[in-house]
Amino acid sequence: MKSIINYFKEIFWGLKSLVKGMAVTGHYITHPKEIITQQYPENKATLKMFERFRGEVVLLHDENNEHKCTGCTACEVACPNGSIEIIPKRVEVDGRKVKAIDQFVYHLQMCTMCGLCIPACPTDAIVMANTFEHAVFDRSKLTKILNKPGSKIMDGIK
Amino acid sequence: MEEIIHDQELESKEYFINMGPQHPSTHGVLRLVLSLDGEIIRKVEPHLGYIHRSIEKMCEHDSYQQIVHLTDRMDYLSCHINNEAVCLAVEQALEVEVPDRVKVIRTIIDELTRLSSHQLWWGVMGMDLGAITSFLYGFRDREMITDIFEETCGARLTMNYNIPGGLFFDIHPNFQKRTKDFITYFKKKLPEYDALLSDNVIFKQRMNGIGKLSKEDAISYGVTGPTGRASGFSCDVRKHHSYMAYDRVEFKEILDTEGDCFARYKCRIAEMWESMHIIEQLIDNIPEGDYKVPTKAVIKLPKGEWYQKVETARGEFGVYIISEGQRSPYRLKFRSPGFSNLSALDHMARGCKIADLVAIMSTLDLVIPDIDR
Amino acid sequence: MNWLYDFSILTQSIHESLSRNFVPGTVVLIEMILAGVAFMILFALLGLVLVYAERKVSAFFQQRLGPMRVGKWGTAQTLADVIKLLMKEPLMNKNADKFLFNLAPYIIMISAFMAMAALPFAKGLQALDFDVGLLYISAVSSLGVIGILLAGWSSDNKYSLIGALRSGAQIISYELSVGLSLLTIVVLTGSLQLSVIVESQADGWWIFRGHIPAVIAFIIFLIASTAETNRGPFDLAEAESELTAGFHTEYSGMKFAFFFLAEFANMFIVSALGATVFLGGWMPFHIGGWEAFNNIMDYIPPIVWFFGKVSFMIFMMMWFRWTFPRLRIDQLLTLEWKYLLPVNLMNILVMAFLVLMGWHF
Repeated sequence: MKSIINYFKEIFWGLKSLVKGMAVTGHYITHPKEIITQQYPENKATLKMFERFRGEVVLLHDENNEHKCTGCTACEVACPNGSIEIIPKRVEVDGRKVKAIDQFVYHLQMCTMCGLCIPACPTDAIVMANTFEHAVFDRSKLTKILNKPGSKIMDGIK
Repeated sequence: MEEIIHDQELESKEYFINMGPQHPSTHGVLRLVLSLDGEIIRKVEPHLGYIHRSIEKMCEHDSYQQIVHLTDRMDYLSCHINNEAVCLAVEQALEVEVPDRVKVIRTIIDELTRLSSHQLWWGVMGMDLGAITSFLYGFRDREMITDIFEETCGARLTMNYNIPGGLFFDIHPNFQKRTKDFITYFKKKLPEYDALLSDNVIFKQRMNGIGKLSKEDAISYGVTGPTGRASGFSCDVRKHHSYMAYDRVEFKEILDTEGDCFARYKCRIAEMWESMHIIEQLIDNIPEGDYKVPTKAVIKLPKGEWYQKVETARGEFGVYIISEGQRSPYRLKFRSPGFSNLSALDHMARGCKIADLVAIMSTLDLVIPDIDR
Repeated sequence: MNWLYDFSILTQSIHESLSRNFVPGTVVLIEMILAGVAFMILFALLGLVLVYAERKVSAFFQQRLGPMRVGKWGTAQTLADVIKLLMKEPLMNKNADKFLFNLAPYIIMISAFMAMAALPFAKGLQALDFDVGLLYISAVSSLGVIGILLAGWSSDNKYSLIGALRSGAQIISYELSVGLSLLTIVVLTGSLQLSVIVESQADGWWIFRGHIPAVIAFIIFLIASTAETNRGPFDLAEAESELTAGFHTEYSGMKFAFFFLAEFANMFIVSALGATVFLGGWMPFHIGGWEAFNNIMDYIPPIVWFFGKVSFMIFMMMWFRWTFPRLRIDQLLTLEWKYLLPVNLMNILVMAFLVLMGWHF
């Protein structure tokens, strides 16, 4: 007799637990306001990344097309996977030759966005930008030259 | 496959099936060669190496700051805890005492990482058992934590927030508020997890008594984390070898004796409550101070050997460093929890059905890059 | 607009105009072709609508939006999917049994077509109405399992084979419960003819008039029919987390689409069957004796009632699928043989007793 009662009890509790689960999903289908989908390309105008988000390395330029990079290669050393490559050149300032950058080459395809280069920079020349859509069809486009053409080092930065 | 068939004598009924490297429920590129008798599993043979990146070898020519970010790529669901293990080992070798503020922040983010890892595990677990809706609910709640991480650490998954001697930046001004909001929100949502899966009769039937692992076996296989604790193996590194701020908070080590899938499931759900409890104790009491102690630009460890273990979301994660006094370690070994946990899979899955194997793998909470490194 | 309430007016007028122009043999032929084309159009429409509905409903259960890009609210998404599937390459394993591999999707489709023919969609809108309609539908709809078995066998893939054999065991068991739960109502009506079953519910649907046994039979029917259509939580034949995609792992392009379509068509058929037997089919909601109320209800055309009830049943099945975890094969069989079948048999006995004593409404 007891086993028969248990049999029906089992069916009852089983069905009850199923209904309990259905109540959870039922709640969400009746509350479409709680939908969490973000429609991505459409919401681009309002989408704001957090300021610390590490998207890619950029070399800061001011309005006179001047940057702060001295070409000391501290970032190149700090980078764990060789994403940064600095090609130096010698320029003549006040009659003596000094080291400066010819090209600040940044290999985005190798970068793991660890952010180690940023604190390594003694002159705060580079920062992490908030950009994120990095996909391209041609791999060579991922190798970027960060110093803008014709740019030169800011005065007083050594 | 062919070779395996030829080198072993088969019973007439048995046949082989390759589960993975591309299979929806191996969660990555794990390949399991199953030897089956109908639906019943006779043997499971995990084959590794599909995502081997030789991280340990790479560490041998990287500086200690650079090693930290490589550990993100192992167990990516508890990356902050992995980072911390390396940093702790280096700090131990350098005999640096980090400020209290760093200790508390690291602990809070550790627990947030554990929470987010368990949320993802819960969602994926439901999906493995066919309840796809739980996947979306798990990710919904996890999204709030990844937002907190993104705001403070700068990345959602591979955070790289630790450096030897402290933290990359100080916490964001919104960090405390967001974390508290999340805790209040998640306290309401966690009972929903129980209503959807834990109490469900089908779910219970799928879990109860499946994949039993006794305490002795758990110890001999080196199974740690919630998986080991569900078998009654008290192995919580946070309790037994306390690090960071864990000695000043009050929390329970979740232990169960059943050792089956449902016990492992319950352990993780209970751990989520405990993690929230830990965060609540610390979030209002972050001491003032520096967020790092200055270290040299080139860290050179003295000659010697150091081992540091921490409790990740999956179990005991250990870093063993041998230094010859150079800027890179002479040898660096990671003890990853996933590898040891996987080794018990064959023992647990024998005699189960294919569907049970999926459930057992889910409750082991495997992350394949952690196993292969 | 009278034909909307009684389709026999429309079908009669077509029949008469055809008879005036053709000899009787040709008339039958033309009518068969017309009916066939109508069913094919219905089939295609059902596929389009149900796939869209499933994606939207599942999305809303999961706090998502679902397809939103193609057309307003993503309404043209399924059409785009069909075009994609049509353009896909039909791949086949090297060692697959080519004939059976190609045959399998058609068997499934044919069984769905055959079952659909006997459904009463509205008053006078039924292609086949014969005295064993219920038996015919339950017999024909289970033919689909042959297609699944063939698909699994011929694919030359162990996952497919396991899925197919699971499906075989499952459908053979659950066929019993579906049949017995329908029989519970047949005990009340005393007829297997679907049109008679619908007419007998003019004073109220059987689920309300048949006391508790009818409700129990309805719940059992819901569970067993979900299992018979291979839908979650009983989708063991597909079980994507265990068997990748089960019996249709190796199918691609349009052949895969046939399996997909047949799943939705079968879902429609069992829902329509359940709606016809338990919820009165196209019969509006009537309460015996309330003439004014019944007249108001009659203003809603029968076809709306029918599709309303069917969509309710389909919604229930979707709700199950998007809430519950999947059963294991042994639990599936335990559920049938240890729970559903004994309860069902007892239920029939109780129902027979009720009918014998004349205690039903």
